[in-house]
Amino acid sequence: MQADAAALIGAGLAYGLAAIGPGVGIGIVVGNAVQAMVRQPEMAGQVRTTMFLGIAFTEALALFGLLLFFILFGAA
Amino acid sequence: MTVPVLAQIVEVPSNVNHLFDWPEVLPFGINRVVLLMFLATLATFLFLYLPFRQPRMVPSKMGVVVETLVGFVRNGIARDTIGPESTKYEWLLIPMFFWLLFLNLFEITPLIHFPVTSRMAIPAFLAGLVWIIFVFVGLKKHGFGYIKNSVMPPGVPKALLVLVIPIDFLSTFVIRPISLAVRLFANMIAGHIMLAVFFLTTASYFVLEPKLVAFVVPLAFAIVITAFEIFVAVLQAYIFTLLTAVYIESSINVGH
Repeated sequence: MQADAAALIGAGLAYGLAAIGPGVGIGIVVGNAVQAMVRQPEMAGQVRTTMFLGIAFTEALALFGLLLFFILFGAA
Repeated sequence: MTVPVLAQIVEVPSNVNHLFDWPEVLPFGINRVVLLMFLATLATFLFLYLPFRQPRMVPSKMGVVVETLVGFVRNGIARDTIGPESTKYEWLLIPMFFWLLFLNLFEITPLIHFPVTSRMAIPAFLAGLVWIIFVFVGLKKHGFGYIKNSVMPPGVPKALLVLVIPIDFLSTFVIRPISLAVRLFANMIAGHIMLAVFFLTTASYFVLEPKLVAFVVPLAFAIVITAFEIFVAVLQAYIFTLLTAVYIESSINVGH
């Protein structure tokens, strides 16, 4: 019973903590991409592609946290 | 209090995994998910084939739409990422983009409402296919030097190689396919759960307190999230195809 409770608390914490870093990271990626697009509008297309790539790589960490949530939730 | 009342109108899942369970409808383990996968395959085939059954000088209206989208995948994803060799990989990238697009869009298609890619088998299969292809391309082009160059970036001090080789090996050959599959899968599962939560909240408010028009709040959220999920479905199909192209490019120009 206590192990279940610990798994549930861990599940909540796992996703919550995993979302912090990628949240900040995606903000930085998109912010800098917007700056780049404003400074060089002719490069906007290329910057946008790179921005989505950066978002995809950063976001993966948060999604691993979500997966961990499901694993711990299933363990409880 | 909420759950017994709600149980009268919808089937309340005992566990979150229940949202993704489907009984068999045909033998050989064919359930609704497999049928939807066949439907998406058929849709992709018809979408790419029907407008061009007869060659014409001026394409039909549907033909223009398909040409624009195919042109986007060919030029915007394949050629801009891979370069002049991109034509060799169009057979993979173009059908994969449309197949994933249809599978993802089933999430918000009325009467279906199920993202097929939220079952891990499909993203895992595609990621495995992509893994085989980019390793094969690298080995064919550079021989054994492909593996050596992808785990040993040039210009790294000798002492650091002990650290760099395991990290690069893991990130190229292990983490890449896993993160490719998990990204698609987790995005779709998260979207599906979010939609389910808001629509179930709407239904329970509607049943419990229809006079108190509280159900409009979750309903409004649900509508907004539906629009957001259309965006996510397109974006994830795009990102999966783009990353496939990026991985193939990194196999062709390894070590740059």
